Amino acid sequence: MSSNNKDLTDLKFQDELLFAGNPTFGSVTEDVSKVVETKPGQLWYVLFGISVSLTLMLFSMIGYLFWEGTGIWGLNNPVGWGWAIVNFVFWVGIGHAGTLISAVLFLLRQRWRTSINRFAEAMTIFAVICALLFPTIHVGRVWLLYWVLPLPNQMEMWPNFRSPLLWDTFAVGTYFTCSLLFWYVGLIPDLATLRDRAKDKWGKLLYGIFSLGWRGGNRQWQHYELAYLVLAGISTPLVLSVHSIVSTDFATSLVPGWHTTIFPPYFVAGAIFSGFAMVMTLALIARKVYNLEHIFTPKVLERMSWVMLLTGSMVGYAYSMEFFIAWYSGNEYERFAFINRAFGPYAWAYWIMITCNVISPQLFWFKKFRTSIPILFIISIVVNIGMWFERFVIVMTLSRDYLPSSWDYYSPTIYDIGIFIGSFGLLFTLFLLFLRFLPMVAMAEVKGVLPEADPHHGGSH
Amino acid sequence: MGIFKKLPGLTIAEFDSTGSLLHAAEKMAEAGYEKYDCHSPFPIHGMDKAMRLKRSPMGYIIGTMGTIGMTGMIALTYWTNTYGYPMVISGKPAFSWQAFIPVIFAISILLSAFGAFFGMLALNKLPQLFNPIFGSDNFAKVTNDGFFVSVEANDPKYDEGNVKSFLESIGGKNVEVVKGE
Repeated sequence: MSSNNKDLTDLKFQDELLFAGNPTFGSVTEDVSKVVETKPGQLWYVLFGISVSLTLMLFSMIGYLFWEGTGIWGLNNPVGWGWAIVNFVFWVGIGHAGTLISAVLFLLRQRWRTSINRFAEAMTIFAVICALLFPTIHVGRVWLLYWVLPLPNQMEMWPNFRSPLLWDTFAVGTYFTCSLLFWYVGLIPDLATLRDRAKDKWGKLLYGIFSLGWRGGNRQWQHYELAYLVLAGISTPLVLSVHSIVSTDFATSLVPGWHTTIFPPYFVAGAIFSGFAMVMTLALIARKVYNLEHIFTPKVLERMSWVMLLTGSMVGYAYSMEFFIAWYSGNEYERFAFINRAFGPYAWAYWIMITCNVISPQLFWFKKFRTSIPILFIISIVVNIGMWFERFVIVMTLSRDYLPSSWDYYSPTIYDIGIFIGSFGLLFTLFLLFLRFLPMVAMAEVKGVLPEADPHHGGSH
Repeated sequence: MGIFKKLPGLTIAEFDSTGSLLHAAEKMAEAGYEKYDCHSPFPIHGMDKAMRLKRSPMGYIIGTMGTIGMTGMIALTYWTNTYGYPMVISGKPAFSWQAFIPVIFAISILLSAFGAFFGMLALNKLPQLFNPIFGSDNFAKVTNDGFFVSVEANDPKYDEGNVKSFLESIGGKNVEVVKGE
């Protein structure tokens, strides 16, 4: 059971030795659970203090927003959609990597995902919470938010199911619910592990309740595995559909530069790109803070950088294709929109976007950069900055519409900036609580892919 | 049902690897036991076959829920846009179904996910916070690195002495009897 013999002749697993240092079932449990069971170091408290302060700033600014109205933002006449939609698309996009890792890579039987999937799913859920915040506060009269739901009411009015904004409500709401259920189903066996290890009353009580009385019997695993498989299966189209629907917020309008069919695939590629960058950032921090170098191995990180290289190149291709089609269309408004992006008042933002999103991931062609932890960390942050600017550049197309007399320049106010930074505070607060109280690596799944988990391992059967 | 029915006691035995647990499962099925289970920290490949379990009906539950979501949403979009609150947008017909695909799709997925989650809980009779098997201290290992076979006292073939010696004969260690409620 706890034998350390690594059978190198076992070809089936040779490529899969992704967890360094011959872990056993027991050592996986120990390494992951001890993070939750020991008091965190000083660094955790410092980070948590900063995150909570930012979150408090976020909620007080939102309070003021509800009191005063959306006029406190830098919105002006051509730019009726400001940072709120930029931030919404940014955060939804980040969530997509979690779903890709947990669902698509699961169906493709990519075993390396097991060390990062729990983590990435948590990030998805928290990112979608941040994302849902922005359309909610952007409606202005937030107490009428329930109008987006098809509820019978005294006005006998029903929502317009042809509106992409309503599609968003359904798509992102479904996405959040499915991600949460998928994450929780994955957590059940691991919560049972923590339940069985808990020493104090609260640990026993809370892990006991949330693990639902899991006993690990095969009669339970049978239904469990199928539920997990199906949840992965139905989350897979969501990776493609959610961000496609988000892109239709733009693509179904008649604004030059937005009204293109390239938007759905281009948004999906960008979403996966930014999401992997965010998973990378968080994984590298957690790896350092909790000494989990043997679980987030360089091999896993390297594979993540492949995905970033691929999706980053797709995004770069989409940028150039947009330009080409604008020229090829022969439409002068379309051409103007793109020339204005690259050389107009927001040229600075455009070139930040190109540098961060198109040029920086190309470094991953070189093994030296793919395997260097500091470089991976820097590029992951650079890519996140770039992807925020991508959405900013797209939204700011509004600032110069058909009528030059109405052109205006969008400058953010302190509330735009504060709410955006505060949303990072919210993400990190939730994430640090997750690291503190829940197992950050899917123990049951990691054990399931260890060589000794195979019943035919070592010829015992 | 589980709440009101007294839960039976069990006999449990520990095994030392996935291979020996799989082997034991085959022997248990062969010997004709019905109310037994093989516990492990993670699902073991090939165990369903070794225990001769029937296919899980999860697929039917999820399929039904997904179909309800789809037809329900088709009906809602059809009714609201044709009778409830017809809106003419770009001169499109009342039931321009192409534009309703995103919401129909979303709700089909949503209800399928509920089917998968609640269906799994229902089939596993969860949440069930208490079970006599938790009375065994050794059994806590099952969520770490332990492999166990358990036989419930209400199995037609159950007889404490026989079960004990049978479990030992197929390689079980630390055989233990836990009392029911």
